[in-house]
Amino acid sequence: MSTVVGAGEAGRTTPAGRMRALARAEWTLFLRNKGTLFAALFVPLVLPFTARSAADGMDLKEAGLNLGTVILPSSIGFSLLFAVYMALVLAFVARREELVLKRLRTGEPRDAEILAGTSLPAVTTGLVQSLVLIIGCSVAFDLDAPPAPQLAVIGLLLGVVMCAALAALTASFSATTESAQVTSIPLMLISFAGSGLAVPLEVLPDRVALVCEFLPLTPAITLVRGAWTGNLSAYEALGAVLAGLAWTVLSVFAVRRWFRWEPRR
Amino acid sequence: METNEREHVIEVTDLRRVYGGGFEAVRGVSFSVGRGEIFALLGTNGAGKTSTVELLEGLAPPAGGRVRVLGHDPYTERALVRPRTGVMLQEGGFPSELTVAETARMWAGCTSGARPEAEALALVGLERRTDVRVKQLSGGERRRLDLALAILGNPEVLFLDEPTTGLDAEGRRATWELVRELRDGGTTVLLTTHYLEEAEDLADRLAILHEGRIAAAGTPAEVTASQPSRISFELPSGYFVGDLPPLGPLGVSGYEEEGRTVRLRTHELQRAATRLLVWAEETGVTLRGLDVRSASLEEAFLRIAREASASAAAAAAAGVEGSVLAEERVA
Repeated sequence: MSTVVGAGEAGRTTPAGRMRALARAEWTLFLRNKGTLFAALFVPLVLPFTARSAADGMDLKEAGLNLGTVILPSSIGFSLLFAVYMALVLAFVARREELVLKRLRTGEPRDAEILAGTSLPAVTTGLVQSLVLIIGCSVAFDLDAPPAPQLAVIGLLLGVVMCAALAALTASFSATTESAQVTSIPLMLISFAGSGLAVPLEVLPDRVALVCEFLPLTPAITLVRGAWTGNLSAYEALGAVLAGLAWTVLSVFAVRRWFRWEPRR
Repeated sequence: METNEREHVIEVTDLRRVYGGGFEAVRGVSFSVGRGEIFALLGTNGAGKTSTVELLEGLAPPAGGRVRVLGHDPYTERALVRPRTGVMLQEGGFPSELTVAETARMWAGCTSGARPEAEALALVGLERRTDVRVKQLSGGERRRLDLALAILGNPEVLFLDEPTTGLDAEGRRATWELVRELRDGGTTVLLTTHYLEEAEDLADRLAILHEGRIAAAGTPAEVTASQPSRISFELPSGYFVGDLPPLGPLGVSGYEEEGRTVRLRTHELQRAATRLLVWAEETGVTLRGLDVRSASLEEAFLRIAREASASAAAAAAAGVEGSVLAEERVA
């Protein structure tokens, strides 16, 4: 017979412990949702190779590129968009609709911990997928070891954090998981067309390329590509990092301001 | 330690809540709850129960007034309050694809001083349902899972928003028993309910909310004491109300007639009933359908709701005061 009051006195929880508990539950949910699993795992690994035929028709040599340095950053971009951004928009909206976010806020986790804990599985998937893509593309396209690997690391980290923040922001403006599939289209399309996923910025007209450099996902793609081409100047790399940071900071502020923890009544 | 905290675990002063559309759901509510007390917020749907409780839980800042839970503001001092409170929302709050055990494990990882999950689940009778997904639980089982997690961390203060809605009679009794045991162990409980017998049975004190305001408050006995008791019966044919002994000296404060049925209201039930029965005995009449009934919370509740809507209607009709009806007809 168990007593009702005054049972075992375990210790205080810590932020890391709370996020671990949330992330673990989120992993279980991630693995149980076949649709999300497919979109997150399969699409980013397959889609970029359809870009290969397009890349074949481009004048890559003149831009200092080759198939590998076009397809690898593009694949990583797809991974960030599908495995991190899209998966998280759906996760945030689904948890909010089931009142899970509201319930969690009645407990000890802080707001940032709830969002971070929920994001961990998708962020991990994105990073692991990028590693798989790097290895795969290196073998498939005879890529040499990157001359500036630190740019790839910075670009990837910037990319996942920004995608998670933008996902939370998109979720703020999506009432249901159905409408989330619409509200997430703009970033997907803009990134696809203008952040070097379909066409490298290097082969675009200068003026168009200049605008595209300020799109959210461009800094991450530019840094990853620069890691392998080795022709990104310190000045250009710094510009990309600053642009990426600016998007991240802006998104975080917007999330703090507009994120909805409960469904609309 | 503040002495305040010892006496009043929950303190609410002139609390207001306004929603985005301008709707004022809570319009100046004040009450306090002492340590180890069960306090019930009663009210019809839309009375402002959940809106009030959510402010106490610290889910939203009030539009006006003040909330203190364990001496702290539950919204701005979240980190100080949360480890000492347990919350059961009105509905839902758990991912439908997780099992009971997975849900409890997640919650335990976020709860300071959590008791073993199995123990909490056993307390609500869910120990055999641990591998079932939340979406496959019945409504009552979901409420019990919610309760198990609310008490997981041995909270000092427990907020229960309609804890027994959707439970069968047995589950309801079991929940009441558990809440009482927690109270006896020193837990302070604030619950909302629209089951009047739940408040009457369980609460040490209660407040009846109506349209965002407290319409009555006190112990269940105090709230019902202000209401009249009732005696109803059928008059035998050939007898009229005028044949009864004078109602004033009988202790009757008012009456209604419906066909042959007479309903008397009194604040002195024993005197009125005795004299009525003595009269019947002496006159040699039989009072069919005799029903003698103490004031109940239900009556108090219905009366408050009726009076409030009547006075609202009257106010709308050019500020006439609520009529007293039969009271005026008593000699």
